[in-house]
Amino acid sequence: MTFDPRWHEAWTRLPDYLGNHVQVSLTALAIGLAVSLPLALMARRRPVMRNTLLAFASIVQTVPGLALLALFYPLLLALAQLSLQWFGFEFSAFGFLPAVLALALYSVLPVLRNTLIGLQGIDPAIVEAADGVGMTPGQKLRMVELPLALPVIMAGIRTAAVWVIGTATLSTPIGQTSLGNYIFAGLQTQNWVFVLFGCAAAALLAIAVDQLLALIESGMTRQRRWRVILGGLGLVALAAATLMPAMMRGKTSIVVGAKTFTEQYVLASLLTQRLDAAGLSASTRAGLGSNVIFEALASDDIDAYVDYSGTLWLNQLKQTTTPPRGQLLAELKKILADKYRITLFGTLGFENAYALAMPRQQADALGIRSIADLATHSGQMSIAGDYEFFSRPEWAALQKTYGLHFREQRQMQADFMYPAVASGEVDVIAGYTSDGLIAKYDLAVLDDNKHAIPPYDAVILLSPGRADDDRLKAALAPLKESINIATMREANLRASGNNATSSPQAVARWLWDQIKRP
Amino acid sequence: MSTPAITFDHVTKDFGNVRAVDGVSLQIAEGEFLAIVGGSGSGKTTLLRMANRLIDPDAGTIAIHGENTQAADPITLRRRIGYVFQSAALFPHMSVAQNIGITPRLLDRPAAQIAGRVDELMDMVQLDPAQYRDRRPIELSGGQRQRVGLARALAANPKIVLMDEPFGALDPITRDALGTDYKSLHEKLGLTTVMITHDMAEALLLADRVAVMQPGKIVAQGNAAELERSEDNYVRDLLRTPRRQAAQLQSLLSGTSS
Repeated sequence: MTFDPRWHEAWTRLPDYLGNHVQVSLTALAIGLAVSLPLALMARRRPVMRNTLLAFASIVQTVPGLALLALFYPLLLALAQLSLQWFGFEFSAFGFLPAVLALALYSVLPVLRNTLIGLQGIDPAIVEAADGVGMTPGQKLRMVELPLALPVIMAGIRTAAVWVIGTATLSTPIGQTSLGNYIFAGLQTQNWVFVLFGCAAAALLAIAVDQLLALIESGMTRQRRWRVILGGLGLVALAAATLMPAMMRGKTSIVVGAKTFTEQYVLASLLTQRLDAAGLSASTRAGLGSNVIFEALASDDIDAYVDYSGTLWLNQLKQTTTPPRGQLLAELKKILADKYRITLFGTLGFENAYALAMPRQQADALGIRSIADLATHSGQMSIAGDYEFFSRPEWAALQKTYGLHFREQRQMQADFMYPAVASGEVDVIAGYTSDGLIAKYDLAVLDDNKHAIPPYDAVILLSPGRADDDRLKAALAPLKESINIATMREANLRASGNNATSSPQAVARWLWDQIKRP
Repeated sequence: MSTPAITFDHVTKDFGNVRAVDGVSLQIAEGEFLAIVGGSGSGKTTLLRMANRLIDPDAGTIAIHGENTQAADPITLRRRIGYVFQSAALFPHMSVAQNIGITPRLLDRPAAQIAGRVDELMDMVQLDPAQYRDRRPIELSGGQRQRVGLARALAANPKIVLMDEPFGALDPITRDALGTDYKSLHEKLGLTTVMITHDMAEALLLADRVAVMQPGKIVAQGNAAELERSEDNYVRDLLRTPRRQAAQLQSLLSGTSS
């Protein structure tokens, strides 16, 4: 057996992912400590403040990590706009900043609670003795209370560190590179090597930081200075290591974004490879949320990505009518340019539409060919869609147009829908027309005769800052109208495999070979 | 008569609805060893703590060497007065030497001077410096801990030492030894000592004068002979117990009773 090249690929990305992960975690932890320690000291003799703070921190803790991170993005975006209006400067609400702030907030509870409990738990006789020997309140805190509460406080800090390092893997969708990139990409492209690698790296990092903090703690309680110094040096070394990727990467001028599904990973790799081939340094920022990626492009945080006309039309521009394909594209191009200064550079040549699909055998048995046929059976059937489908306008339009009412709706990871419908776990899925798995599982795509679902031409979008970048445009120009639906399906099928040639980069190279072939 | 070391003048302290100390006036002369005896809740600890402003009175004044404590900085005041806590209350995260040297350290004395002083004090309270200097309080017996507590109180050369049931938690032999040792230190160093205890025998054996407190007030004071003449029932009860025990012991030990 030969060595699986995916391990090597995972390994080469480690400096970048790990460095960013450490950077965002340690910064968040430092901010979290800088806020919660003084707050705990202020609140410890003020019951109302203490209870309010603990209640607030507990509520924050109940918000799922992913949601908390996702909430910070629009919040900061709004703040950035206000700051531009009022103070004339703008900051990036993408990536590092929202991730750090959300994670810092996440670290507050354990530190706050343990500091309060630690200080409360000191024998009152010892505190009195500190007064009795003539300590000022500051000396009492520094020489007696903090040292005695230290084990409990450090336990809180260590808990916070482990939480923050674990939760930081979820900052990938808001644009912060982290070890989560392995996990998100691996999950999407069924690259279990990546998923495993990401989990193991995050766990090892958490253990390492926890042990360094333990070393510092034992040094402080046993008054062994070298332990404190060694632990501190370890943390500094970790922090210094985070500067490495920035230096090694050099200056990447162009960032290509990708959403969270297989096709996006492949297309982003294709764009990146074309830009690199043209001598422009480019990198991929993958796994971005659907709304995050558009805002990121509009505010120049990323430079280019591939989106779909119908998605933009309904979700970003909130249009209610659906004009014919050509007209929609033309109007989309105009609105994007006028309203967002985004360039619709060109179409790739295929459509990736939502489509309702079911096993061919069953469709034939029931005589279902179109969505209208499906409507009469839908009351006894269950349907599965990806995480956004049921909250998208397309679903509302389908329900309204055809009078669809399913017995059950289920959300699942896109790649799991196909095996689910093939095995009868669900009856119908909202799949994607460009997905190779439709053919692989022999599914029938039901006709949308009433055109409830708009066209979904894949389009390359460029950020306002790249509107006049001729080198970039020249590098991407060969991709216009270059991929037909059959080729894209084949590419997606290859990328959904779980083997050495199924990495997005490998599939993107294959795709380019197809494009070059006349 | 010279200025008293400590003067309580109509001192009152309330905790919520409870009057812990009720208009107490008391003078402690320089060089005197006063014991305050009373049951729990009699206000004796509150009275003691008002002397170095661990607690501030609601009414009345307290003077140290004639100076009103309310006008003094409480931190400076506490560094000038030694305080021995019940069950020592040593700082558990510090070594014996660090515990003893804490007040000199707070006063920014040079480290070498503090180290010398710590050795001197450990000799004084009969702990071998070489053996015990670097130990943690948890590694000491109860009696040794209280010796350290005593040394800590004496470290900054105070003229006045306040002691809150210092020997209460010790076994009788250790207690007796430590009491006697302290008494000789009190005399050798010319200290003024106020000791709280609930044990009348200990008070009578160690102190020059005993004040008896019953909820909030001093009901009697004087030496053994003077207390003997007190009409107060509580004082008579307090005196009866040790005397009866002494007599019983005497007869048991001489074998006349069986």
